[in-house]
Amino acid sequence: MTATIIWTIAAITILGIVLAVVLYLVANKFKVEEDPRIDEVEKVMPGANCGGCGFAGCRAFAQSCVEAANLDNNYCPVGGNEVMKKVAAVLGLEVHEKAPMVAVVRCNGTCANRPVVNDYDGLKSCKVKAALYSGDTGCFYGCLGCGDCVSACQFGAISMDPETGLPVVDEEKCTACGACVKACPKKIIELRNKGPKNRRVFVSCVNMEKGAAARKACSSACIGCGKCAKACPFDAITVEHNVAYIDFNKCRLCRKCVVECPTGAIHDVNFPAPAPKPDKQAPKPAAKPVTPASAPAAAASPQTEASSAVKPVKPADARPAAKPEVEKKEE
Amino acid sequence: MNKLLVSPSPHIHSKTSTRSLMLDVVIALLPSVIVSVLFYGWSAVVVLASSVVFCVLLEYLITRYLMKQASTIGDLSALVTGIILALNLPPTAPWWVAMIGAVVAIGVTKMTFGGLGQNVFNPAITGRVFLLISFPAIMTTWGGAKGFIGGADAVSGATPLGIVKEGLAQGMTLDQIYAMHDFSYGQMLFANIGGSAGEISAIAIIIGFIYLLARKVIRPYITLSVLVTVAVFSGIFWLIDPTQYTDPLFNLLTGGVLLGAVFMATDYVTSPMSDKGGIIFGVGIGIITMLIRYFGSYPEGMSFAILIMNSTVPLINKFCKQKKFGRA
Amino acid sequence: MKKTFSIGGVHPDDKKISAGCAIEVLPTPKTVYISMAQHLGGPAKAVVAAGDRVKTGQVIGEPTGFISAYVHSSVTGTVKSVGLRKDLAGIPVVHVEIDVEPDEWVETADTTDTLVTEIPQDPKFIVDRIKANGVVGLGGATFPTSVKLCPPPDKKADILILNGAECEPYLTSDYRIMIEKSRQIVVGAALMKRVLGVHKVVIGIEENKPEAIAKMSEAVSSLAAGSGDYAGIEVITLKKKYPQGGEKQLIDAITRRQVKSMGLPIDVGAVVQNVATSLAVYDAVQKNRPLIDNTITVTGDCFPRQSNVLVRVGTPLSYIIDSLGGIPENAAKAISGGPMMGKAIANLDAATLKGTSSILFLTEEQTRRKPESNCIRCGRCVEACPMGLEPFLLNKLARNGMTDELEQNGVQDCIECGCCLYSCPANIPLLDSIRIAKGEVIRIIRSRTAPKK
Repeated sequence: MTATIIWTIAAITILGIVLAVVLYLVANKFKVEEDPRIDEVEKVMPGANCGGCGFAGCRAFAQSCVEAANLDNNYCPVGGNEVMKKVAAVLGLEVHEKAPMVAVVRCNGTCANRPVVNDYDGLKSCKVKAALYSGDTGCFYGCLGCGDCVSACQFGAISMDPETGLPVVDEEKCTACGACVKACPKKIIELRNKGPKNRRVFVSCVNMEKGAAARKACSSACIGCGKCAKACPFDAITVEHNVAYIDFNKCRLCRKCVVECPTGAIHDVNFPAPAPKPDKQAPKPAAKPVTPASAPAAAASPQTEASSAVKPVKPADARPAAKPEVEKKEE
Repeated sequence: MNKLLVSPSPHIHSKTSTRSLMLDVVIALLPSVIVSVLFYGWSAVVVLASSVVFCVLLEYLITRYLMKQASTIGDLSALVTGIILALNLPPTAPWWVAMIGAVVAIGVTKMTFGGLGQNVFNPAITGRVFLLISFPAIMTTWGGAKGFIGGADAVSGATPLGIVKEGLAQGMTLDQIYAMHDFSYGQMLFANIGGSAGEISAIAIIIGFIYLLARKVIRPYITLSVLVTVAVFSGIFWLIDPTQYTDPLFNLLTGGVLLGAVFMATDYVTSPMSDKGGIIFGVGIGIITMLIRYFGSYPEGMSFAILIMNSTVPLINKFCKQKKFGRA
Repeated sequence: MKKTFSIGGVHPDDKKISAGCAIEVLPTPKTVYISMAQHLGGPAKAVVAAGDRVKTGQVIGEPTGFISAYVHSSVTGTVKSVGLRKDLAGIPVVHVEIDVEPDEWVETADTTDTLVTEIPQDPKFIVDRIKANGVVGLGGATFPTSVKLCPPPDKKADILILNGAECEPYLTSDYRIMIEKSRQIVVGAALMKRVLGVHKVVIGIEENKPEAIAKMSEAVSSLAAGSGDYAGIEVITLKKKYPQGGEKQLIDAITRRQVKSMGLPIDVGAVVQNVATSLAVYDAVQKNRPLIDNTITVTGDCFPRQSNVLVRVGTPLSYIIDSLGGIPENAAKAISGGPMMGKAIANLDAATLKGTSSILFLTEEQTRRKPESNCIRCGRCVEACPMGLEPFLLNKLARNGMTDELEQNGVQDCIECGCCLYSCPANIPLLDSIRIAKGEVIRIIRSRTAPKK
């Protein structure tokens, strides 16, 4: 009995030792030589494998960083400057800071602004819809509302607002990876500078139709009138194909264009107070769901600038107050 | 009308739906259900009712409360599973056996994979096999049920296959066994043999088969290849030694070969898509069934054969594709 | 044994309820809007400006590029504007808007009804006339006919197939012209036969149109008796099965040759033209009349005034509908084309195009899609697919964006006939996703092969 036990223990021990040696030899034989820095870089990556950097995943990005002579062409939009600094530290390279970006939905075709004329009855996909027809409203350029951007977002930063039928970007969750930009068949979503204290001014429309047609399709469309371009002291606004565009690198957030826009197509977000109105009462867009829906609309107390920079809660701007003005104007 | 409906083409749809297909299967099962009720009486009704109720109820509860979706019982697939499971049980089985079968069929085999269309194995058969292994005594006792028609001797204590297996194991020849038990093919066709509720009448099953074919619910290839394989395989052995191996007709008419070939092997979800794949699938079932019957320890092997072949379906689907247009 | 294609197919209900309605000529509307994108390929360039006076049949749009076509004014009148207008899908396209005045044809056109049966000897003359008169394929794709009739020199056609299958339910415009203008169609076929230099012309008609088969056969035999130019033309009865009228399916049905994946009919020596195209070819060559009008079926179970109407190109759809009694109350969807492959109309103010074949109204009950449920792997889509594909698999791959696998499984062969979605018992929108994936895969294939050229 004892002999059997001893033999068993001995046999198994010997077997274990032999196999360990075999494993060691095999592991040595098939060892892949890899720069150890790749692992180190990968460790500091966000690990989302979103592909926002243009590489297949975080490891591919790390490998590219290690191989690159400098980091000018590599940027992780998800991790931003912080991660890039860490990467640079690992590799002993320098990194130039890039302004943080955020996805911006450039369509203000809410249910209220755009009368619905058709009823879609196919696969719920913007791609399918875009290939089929102009969309349910008279606007050929606007948001189709099927949420391809929502499903493209890996970070849960985009959701559809059931009230407006438009996608809403959660600025905190958005990493500017650009997946939604690629997913949108109408090219509505754009990556823009997040701006100081998350303040941005942008044209929330891409309708290239002539003024009257654009206006007919959507009450807050850009009609390409060019008033904003004239008002801009920094030459940041260009009007091409009947639609204005604000170059965020030139824009200084003075908001002269916002008050000038006759349809309320230019949006300013995260400003503590409404844009100054120089002489006349300027209309403002009827609905601007730019901040997350979780932001309490009743947050009437003005946020301090420091807190709004960290958490962009919808400031107590005068939007609700401006609402009647728009309606008055339209009547 | 004020808003025009817009959708990609096509703009019309054939009237066929999952529900209509399942309803056709239910109708095709009716002859077998009626026969089993006639011959086994109230006990068959109890088995049927409990199996169907538990299957449907379970699917409803799981979809609504576990998966938090709209209930899918409207597609009638749970009803079909319930009926087929009942037809696979002995009429004397207590209600709780049917309930356990339903839990295994719907809960384990079907819904854990994501519901209809996602399961790898046929739910009803998995349920039956589970019961067969767990409660062999209940699952192989047939006597005691009093039918609405037919005398007490209509139901014998064991299935013909069981009797044969037993007899051969005791060293008897087939002629001796037959002489003792007086089987006739007429009895087998018209429900005069012992067996689970669905096995007893070949005619009822064939009526269902013809209905399914006429309604184009199934294609005949799987069923026919199972039957032909069983006949050929047993034919060869029977010709070699008729005293030890049962003849082809006996094999076709007993032990759920027909029920399995018509209703269970042809289950859309767990059978190959192409006709070629269906033939391979059917031949596989036939061979495995006969191997189990002749050489295995169970008297019959249809359920095991179908389960085993279910697992090969993805592979068969991968290799048996339809010929594409314009590609030699 | 009646011929049909070898793989797949479905049998939707025939519903040819407007078959008995003779073609009526609809009065010209007050204003027409003529699109510059009426054909496959580059849109035409408008050569008129606001204020210009145009005659019926005058060129108002010139082709841009090899695959493109002339566009003619369908009316006499004054050009009001040239600019973007929304087509039936709501997509802005350049249209020429013309205020209509009484008809005054261009001098070159022969507007009489005399049948000209003599076939010109010179193929080039025929092709030039076809091109100059803006004839495009009227079977659905609106591919410029002159391009299709001039295959590359290394490829030679040996059979011309005239497509009279009209396999889509409801549509009857081809059926009516085959009955009412059978001789002209046969002359058109003989003209194309001369151009292609083929000896065999087959006119394929489905068995559900016995009257058209009789009329066409009679026209062929009487013309063949008069001249040797009509030898080798025959009418073949086809089994009723959708999509018989698909180009590849029709070639398969008639010649048993299968066009290779990504190939063209000419690769197997066949050229397919629609019967309506043949009629347009007749008008263009024998009468020097440009393609400015076409027969449109206006139908639907809910539409009381079934009609086959001859309308000028550029007539607003709403005008046609209103002149026939307006949109029925219970209609939910208007379709341009058949119910299987037609396009849903999003904008009824859009104008007709050369290739418009019908306006079909369907009720909510007939057309509303049922909620999607799980795939039950019944294989009906596989059985129905006339290209031998596996739509259920393609759909899964497409939803996951697996382009390599999609290509391996032949998504690029899809002809978008809709048989898969039609037959799916789980109402899975198979074709919706497959169509998009097909476009992507074809783009990838093209971009891969392009640099090699």
